[in-house]
Amino acid sequence: MSQYILLRHREIPNLGKLEVYRQNDGFQAFYKAVTSMKPEEVIEVVKASGLRGRGGAGFPTGMKWAFVDRHNWPHYVVANADESEPGTFKDREIMENNPFQFLEGVAIAAYAVQANVAYIYLRGEFWQIAHQLDQRIAELYASGLLGDNLFGTDYSLRIYTHLGAGAYICGEETAMLESLEGKLGQPRLRPPFPPSYGLFGKPTVVNNVETLTNVPLIVANGASWYRQYGTEKSPGTKIFCLSGRINRPGNYELPLGTTFRQLIYEHGGGIPEGRQIKAIMPAGASSSLIIATDEALDTPMDYESVPNVGAALGSASLIIIDDTVSIPWLINKTIHFFKHESCGKCTPCREGTYWMMHLTERIAGGAATWEDVELLKDVASQMKGKCLCALGEFSIEAVLSGIERFKGDFEAQVGATQAAAEELPVPAD
Amino acid sequence: MNHLEEKYADEIQAILAKYPEEQKRAAVMPLLYLAQRETGYITRQSMNDIAQILELTPTEVASIVGFYTLYYDQPGGKYRIQVCTDLPCALRGAEEFLEKLCENLGIRVGETTPDGLVTVEKVMCLAGCDKAPLFQVQTGAGLEYHENQTVESALSYIDTLRKRER
Amino acid sequence: MAKLVTLTIDGKQVTVPEGTLVVDAAKRIGIDIPVFCYHPKMEPVGMCRMCLVEIGRPAIDRATGEAVREADGSPRVVFSPKLETACTTPVAEGMVVIGASEKVKEGRKAILEFLLTSHPLDCPICDKGGECPLQNLTMGFGPGQSRFIYDDKIHLAKHVPLGELIFLDRERCIQCARCVRFQEAVVDDPVIGFYQRGRSLEIVTYSEPGFDSIFSGNTTDICPVGALTTADFRFGARPWELNAAASICAQCPVGCNITFNVRREAKAGGRWVIKRVMPRQNEAVNEIWICDKGRFGYHYTESPHRLSQPLVRKHGELTPASWEEALGLVADRFRQAGDGLLTLASGRLSNEDLFNLHQLTTSLGGKSALYTHMAGGDLVSRIGVAPGTNFADMGTGSAILVVASDLHEEAPIWWLRVKQAAERGATLIVLNPRPTRLDKFASHVLRYAYGSEAAAVLAMVNSLSAKRPDLPETVKALGRSPELEAAAKAFAAAENGVILFGSEGTSLATSQALAQACANLLITTNHVGRPNNGLIGVWQRANDQGAWDIGFRPMPDLAQAMRSARALYIVGADPAGDDPTLVETGDFLVVQELFLTDTAKLADVVLPVQAYTEREGSFTSGERRVQRFYPAVPERPGSKADFTIAGQIGALLGLDMEARLASKVFLRLAVSLKEYAGLSYTRLSEVEEQFPIVGRGDLYYGGTTYENTQGLGVQLPPTILLGEPLPLGWLELPQIQMPQDGLLAVPVTRLYDRGQTLLPSELLHPRLPQPYVAINPADGKRYRIPDGATVEIRSQTPISLVTLRRDPLVPEGVLLVPRSMGVPINGPTPVDLRQVERVIA
Ligand SMILES: Cc1cc2nc3c(=O)[nH]c(=O)nc-3n(C[C@H](O)[C@H](O)[C@H](O)COP(=O)(O)O)c2cc1C
Ligand code: SF4
Ligand code: FES
Repeated sequence: MSQYILLRHREIPNLGKLEVYRQNDGFQAFYKAVTSMKPEEVIEVVKASGLRGRGGAGFPTGMKWAFVDRHNWPHYVVANADESEPGTFKDREIMENNPFQFLEGVAIAAYAVQANVAYIYLRGEFWQIAHQLDQRIAELYASGLLGDNLFGTDYSLRIYTHLGAGAYICGEETAMLESLEGKLGQPRLRPPFPPSYGLFGKPTVVNNVETLTNVPLIVANGASWYRQYGTEKSPGTKIFCLSGRINRPGNYELPLGTTFRQLIYEHGGGIPEGRQIKAIMPAGASSSLIIATDEALDTPMDYESVPNVGAALGSASLIIIDDTVSIPWLINKTIHFFKHESCGKCTPCREGTYWMMHLTERIAGGAATWEDVELLKDVASQMKGKCLCALGEFSIEAVLSGIERFKGDFEAQVGATQAAAEELPVPAD
Repeated sequence: MNHLEEKYADEIQAILAKYPEEQKRAAVMPLLYLAQRETGYITRQSMNDIAQILELTPTEVASIVGFYTLYYDQPGGKYRIQVCTDLPCALRGAEEFLEKLCENLGIRVGETTPDGLVTVEKVMCLAGCDKAPLFQVQTGAGLEYHENQTVESALSYIDTLRKRER
Repeated sequence: MAKLVTLTIDGKQVTVPEGTLVVDAAKRIGIDIPVFCYHPKMEPVGMCRMCLVEIGRPAIDRATGEAVREADGSPRVVFSPKLETACTTPVAEGMVVIGASEKVKEGRKAILEFLLTSHPLDCPICDKGGECPLQNLTMGFGPGQSRFIYDDKIHLAKHVPLGELIFLDRERCIQCARCVRFQEAVVDDPVIGFYQRGRSLEIVTYSEPGFDSIFSGNTTDICPVGALTTADFRFGARPWELNAAASICAQCPVGCNITFNVRREAKAGGRWVIKRVMPRQNEAVNEIWICDKGRFGYHYTESPHRLSQPLVRKHGELTPASWEEALGLVADRFRQAGDGLLTLASGRLSNEDLFNLHQLTTSLGGKSALYTHMAGGDLVSRIGVAPGTNFADMGTGSAILVVASDLHEEAPIWWLRVKQAAERGATLIVLNPRPTRLDKFASHVLRYAYGSEAAAVLAMVNSLSAKRPDLPETVKALGRSPELEAAAKAFAAAENGVILFGSEGTSLATSQALAQACANLLITTNHVGRPNNGLIGVWQRANDQGAWDIGFRPMPDLAQAMRSARALYIVGADPAGDDPTLVETGDFLVVQELFLTDTAKLADVVLPVQAYTEREGSFTSGERRVQRFYPAVPERPGSKADFTIAGQIGALLGLDMEARLASKVFLRLAVSLKEYAGLSYTRLSEVEEQFPIVGRGDLYYGGTTYENTQGLGVQLPPTILLGEPLPLGWLELPQIQMPQDGLLAVPVTRLYDRGQTLLPSELLHPRLPQPYVAINPADGKRYRIPDGATVEIRSQTPISLVTLRRDPLVPEGVLLVPRSMGVPINGPTPVDLRQVERVIA
């Protein structure tokens, strides 16, 4: 049987063409749902499948759909195609090569929560993808798979794309909704959560592209079929984005529970030029640094196990760090990113990322003392738990784990400074 | 009917049709892309025009321009070459790539070539980390990716742009 | 009445209505939870994170739904691991809030340290220094010294003008968005906003002119740092050097409570000068806001052009004279005039002035007249809103009808409060001949042709009550509109009903009819004699209502009356300035004024008066709230209070009048007017606790608005509650003359006019339009007159030259003529237009 649920285009040529997709049972699931299933039944299947959000939080998808307020209408579905986490490039491959399966997922989700309009929010850089999607959506209207009174029922659905314009924060679901409403992309207070108060203040389901792309096959083949992949608590497959110091970077769709070692060495072909792996960032720039011990490498990659090695699976975008990389340099990179992307709404994130950037620059630039490292640690800890949204909280993960787990690197950097300081000419007086 | 409406009447209608009648404001981002199409940046005039179309104040439109990095309130090169130097790409030589590219073009990062053809900028992750070094090219008309680049390939691409512009 | 909830904050129990936010609950029991972005008058946003506290909630057993109990039977409280924002968390039964713990201290210290990393710490030169929340809270909770390397601070522009009135210091801004949110959510003028993002966020404006909002000044009160300052006060003084005098804004009938900040100034030769006007809290009147006209329009009181000694006409020339001489002369001539005396006074004067003027005049058998073009004050005395009326209490279940008024221009704070009532669910009916900024919030927007405002209201009455067959066709026609019928039904169905009537396009006669029609509507729908029910006049001057109460009435044919008067006594009014043809120097003209007005120039005797900022007195607002104002600065040498002058003239005539103390004049007034019975300055100066708590240590919370310690005033009972009959009366609809082919010129009120009391405030000049009139572009085409051309307006007489504006909001066939801009149109008048070459200076 097939090894792919999501990246099926890799074995089915031209799956991106509507007729090919339909030859491979495309839109059967949507047809089945609309014509022969109650919305609640669709939600039940997805619940039973144990599908969890692939956008990072890993929240059970069926449960999210069930939360949608039935007393407040209309409802909306928004597909999160903002894919801006450094090291993440999976949704892109899906939308470029297996777009119809994604669109069918959007459609089924919309039917499940009885939304008649769904938006796909893409990061502005995905301009070309958005235009391809527009054409494909047009094809779907033309072939009666979208539009009014679908399959002779009274259910109608429209799907629109909406381009962001360069803001990582718009991946955060409430910031995305604000942005979609034509406002600054700044996060809302939560609660209320989108299923009760979402787009235009209406109940809304926000799901990641990968999450939604799982749905058609789940509805077609049933929950137990889906559960044969992955683990008890983290069923199904996941696209792992492999980047950094690795021989074969790219997307790998593997069952959840695959170990780091399998991914990095069997699939990713190991570290270039036979160098040593030093650390792993399993969730892009937003994750803690895992020390690449054997124990860590043999840890299964699922939502439950990764925390045991002091990180989170998140979006499963693994950035591989080898022994030539200096951690102070690395966190300087991540902090520059977060400083650049902080929306500015809340004080700790706005000021903290800015302050940390000054410190990491000084440290990475070898102009720092150990006090600066201590201060950096303080500033990061001072932000912890105080930010309005997770961006600020993410920004300190690499910093704190880095200083704690790779103290040596920092001592080296500071040592360099001390040395430099000693060479300074002594003022003659 | 203001300038923008006259020029893009149908497109504007199509854009507005995507959003609920009473939620016009949601159309501000697509309209800004529209306004940026020719000039490559947002003029004060088009801010006013968009404000008028969406029943917003020019200030409300301006803050959207200010918040998002793909809108510009100043003219730049005809082509904005935006190289990702974020962590994953940096781990695959993107920073050297950018440095050499600028060297060859004789400009510093953020600057525009004397002929006004290209502005070279560095940007955050573009979701192409496995195909680094890469850059995107932004013009008023849109955006395209160029992946698995070498300084040579980048330079020859810029040459083709030069020829195209002549 | 909302359900009550009991919680514990730092060991103290407090019971508050469900939905109250933790931060406000704490405030009510005197516990300060520091905030920056939160403001009690705005929705919480939880941005600044300053208000972090520990919050525990009673644990509930999932299975049983019962509260889990400790061994000792007390409910178990579980605290969330993270600190939570008190400004966004609503109270809950059994909630436990801890603001005094180490953890919270650390949290606040952290946030303050973050804020200070990018703050210039230029307190010594900051206007806010001394009344700055950031400064104060840093003292209270801040870190010892900053660990942020000073050189890393980015330095930003410090004097960014957001328009001519408000300046921004970008370094000091802490991005709390209070100003942006105020402009957007409170006053619906989103003309300032954030630009950029993250650490680079900055406040910008793209409106023309910059920061184009008549409420802009309020942002400087709620800005928790010195980032926003007024051009008026910048570098003017340090807050702690200022004395504060409670007063009432004299610019419109709302009666906003204000405070004059004053100090002695060397550059003013050691004189006391007013440094700024600040709002003073009165939750029933202006809450904590004032409009920019009130804030910046006080400069006339300090004008160097003010009169400083009496003038008497000798050999045709006005020449300085002593008070004795001047008053002696006036007394003689008044005695001779006897019942030929006509006193013309305006609502610019205080109750005390008007009372004395009225007493003087009547005891000589003379006549007194109110200088206004609006009628209906007698009806408002009878069926005005009853004590306890507060727009803040109006929401669902209340109906507000605004007729013939552009409230945003005529009485800004009423516009704001009516808008907010509508947002709370009140049924807002806007009845006006052209669109105004209130339409957007109305549930019923109805139009009528200029001149038929009374007919429109009558049509509402008619669609509800017993139909009258003999009603004119105009009324019947309007009555057939289903929209109007729906509006009338909604108004009648509401539990509370208030009508605000203004002077949009009205003359004295049409205003009279309109007021009566409104009275009829209120009476037939039983919206009288109760709080939040009744008639409110959107008067043209601050104390018109007081003048009506005291007995002043407008005169249908004023010009004629002035001509026939044997002595004419004009106080606080400039009829000649408004219409040069109006005043013909009769036998004897006395003018009592601040300035040498056009009318004063015609006078035989000119008596210089004190500005209201230099003396005591009281005004009665359109809501019939009697409010005291106090002396803020010493009087100009050589000037006297209006009531004193009248009193002294009376004394010379052997009348028993109080000339010395305003308080005593007021006591006499209280004796002679039944609705004022029992009132005294002491009563007027009573206060009670208001929420939000402002002033003192609470600057960080409500802003720098002043706490009210000197009087909330007293709202008068409508006299129908004192035995007067209901003023139900069927009115004659005035026939207005319609133009054959010309245009119907109608007067309208603009907030920023070129009136004598506004012009001296140079700061506002860029916002004061040059004299203009406006027509619909279609008529513009018809007359072939382009926008901006100079036109000649021909009515009977006179002919005036002004700039013409084309404005699509002006109905066709109408020429809009702003009042106090040099075109003497006092009611619907047929006119003709002609373009002329000359450009007016
Ligand atoms: C700073 C930040 C950035 C995020 N970026 C993305 C993103 O690019 N794509 C995405 O799908 N989810 C992103 N998320 C997660 C979303 O907020 C949301 O949880 C997710 O889209 C829900 O979909 P799911 O349940 O299918 O995962 C981000 C969250 C945060 C806090
Ligand atoms: S100017 Fe003042 S109110 Fe406005 S955001 Fe800055 S600090 Fe807040
Ligand atoms: S976050 Fe509560 S006051 Fe700002």
